[in-house]
Amino acid sequence: MSLTSYFMEATYLVASILFILSLKMMSHPETARKGMFLAEGGMFAAVIGTLVGAHIVTWVWIIAGLTVGSIIGAWMAVSVPMTAMPQRTALSHAFGALAAALVGIGEFVTKANEMGAITRGALGFEVMLGALTTTGSLIAAGKLQGVIAGKPVQFRGQNVLNLLIGLGMVSSFVFFWIHPETVVAFYSMLALAFVFGVMLVIPIGSADMPVVMSLLNSYAGLAAAATGFVLGNNVLIIAGTLDGFSGFILSVLMCKAMNRSITNVLFGGFGAVIAEAGAGNAGGVMREISLDDAAMQLAFANRVVFVPGYGLATAQAQHACRELGELLESRGVTVKYAIHPVAGRMPGHMNVLLAEANVPYSSLYEMEQINPEFPSTDVAVVIGANDVVNPDARDNPKSIIAGMPILEVDRARSVIVLKRGQGRGFSGLENPLFFKPCTTMLYGDAKSSLSHLAQAVQHV
Amino acid sequence: MNPAVLIASVYVFALAAFLGYQVISRVPPLLHTPLMSATNAISGISLIGSIVLAGAKGYPLPAHILGFVAVTTATINVVGGFGITDRMLKMFGKRKEAAKPSAANKEAAK
Repeated sequence: MSLTSYFMEATYLVASILFILSLKMMSHPETARKGMFLAEGGMFAAVIGTLVGAHIVTWVWIIAGLTVGSIIGAWMAVSVPMTAMPQRTALSHAFGALAAALVGIGEFVTKANEMGAITRGALGFEVMLGALTTTGSLIAAGKLQGVIAGKPVQFRGQNVLNLLIGLGMVSSFVFFWIHPETVVAFYSMLALAFVFGVMLVIPIGSADMPVVMSLLNSYAGLAAAATGFVLGNNVLIIAGTLDGFSGFILSVLMCKAMNRSITNVLFGGFGAVIAEAGAGNAGGVMREISLDDAAMQLAFANRVVFVPGYGLATAQAQHACRELGELLESRGVTVKYAIHPVAGRMPGHMNVLLAEANVPYSSLYEMEQINPEFPSTDVAVVIGANDVVNPDARDNPKSIIAGMPILEVDRARSVIVLKRGQGRGFSGLENPLFFKPCTTMLYGDAKSSLSHLAQAVQHV
Repeated sequence: MNPAVLIASVYVFALAAFLGYQVISRVPPLLHTPLMSATNAISGISLIGSIVLAGAKGYPLPAHILGFVAVTTATINVVGGFGITDRMLKMFGKRKEAAKPSAANKEAAK
């Protein structure tokens, strides 16, 4: 080994350590940012190490790629709004997976004949996972951006068709593994993996996106780890595995937060089931409340908890919400925000949206922390959230969402629900919370309701 | 790949998986979005594999071109991913400045 190769390996080791440290520092908001600088340093070192030690002979493609990528990446980093973070992340899963798949294809084109069985196996995984994550993530990004309809696309025999495509993909992989000289097998595996990615994501509705996002995250990471196996490169294995496991842990957490299994999310088609089961009627009347009465209630409360759902983000009402919150705090009201794990389109999304609106993170409470506090809460304000506060999940074992952990706002002394209209909202499920005696409804656009509330509170 | 290297790689994989589980399960839900975007940027380390493909000795032109595309997408992830993560974490860091004015308001109200 030459000196430059030793240098390269050393930078990889440094990068691996810095990556792990940076994720460790993610455990607290105060240290997280500093941790990311370490990770950036590690990445920079690894790139320099590669440029020095990897026997580069042609610079033009590398420089072109680094330049174009940096420009697009920097543009995305500055311009993407926080509400679009899920789409951005889905897109980056697609990019990461595509890079892994392309490296795999490149290795295949160049070295297919010299590969041993083990490398070939890893290569197959890399290309399959890479390709299906690329198209799957693009579909997810399209759905989140609204370019593709968010509704689940379903048809008769879908699962059978998907199974056939999956089987075809895996058998092409096995065939390629046994007969590496059959180029057709490799490319049909690649093509089927692209199709499979699309088929996996189209039947999934927008509400299930947090799970899908996490799963795709996991696949993209594992594809990178498989690349490490193909190239015999440990830093790739480590970084890819960290990414893969992070995605996996998040998928499990998201599934728990919806009380569903991963198979159910992938093959269940949530939206379609509800159409049949959602007929159950809670009955009763929804009581409307006027702006002034609502403002009065809030202004004279001791403890107020805001419960934001994705509706808050669609109405762009984060800032209006924070202003109302600050106003109440200035009157001596204790204001907290209750965040359900799936409030938003990706894990942790709602926290980011509120942090952007300058809500201090010390006011953001997780479900387990805030639930015991609802009985001593004077007013819970539900803004654009529905299923995550549906008491049926807890009380009605027949409900389609039975067992899903909820924010128990119905235990608060009074509840004000901000809602666009009397409709059933996103999932189409009836919500008995709206009919409870302690609940009043404030109809209208969340943003204007909140800013009017703030004005009314000022005049109390 | 010879068996010894494979075994070493499997060790690295298994230990990284274990360590990843330990480290990542300590990240609070508050930071799950930045976490996803950070791990994404970190797995952009496939950039180094892409660089090799795009310009190293022993690869033909078609591989260089595939490598160019891979370098581009991986760089987007690295630069974009770290950039956006930092933007998000900056928002979570400004707790103290954000909390002061509301405390001041409280004083004023009294």
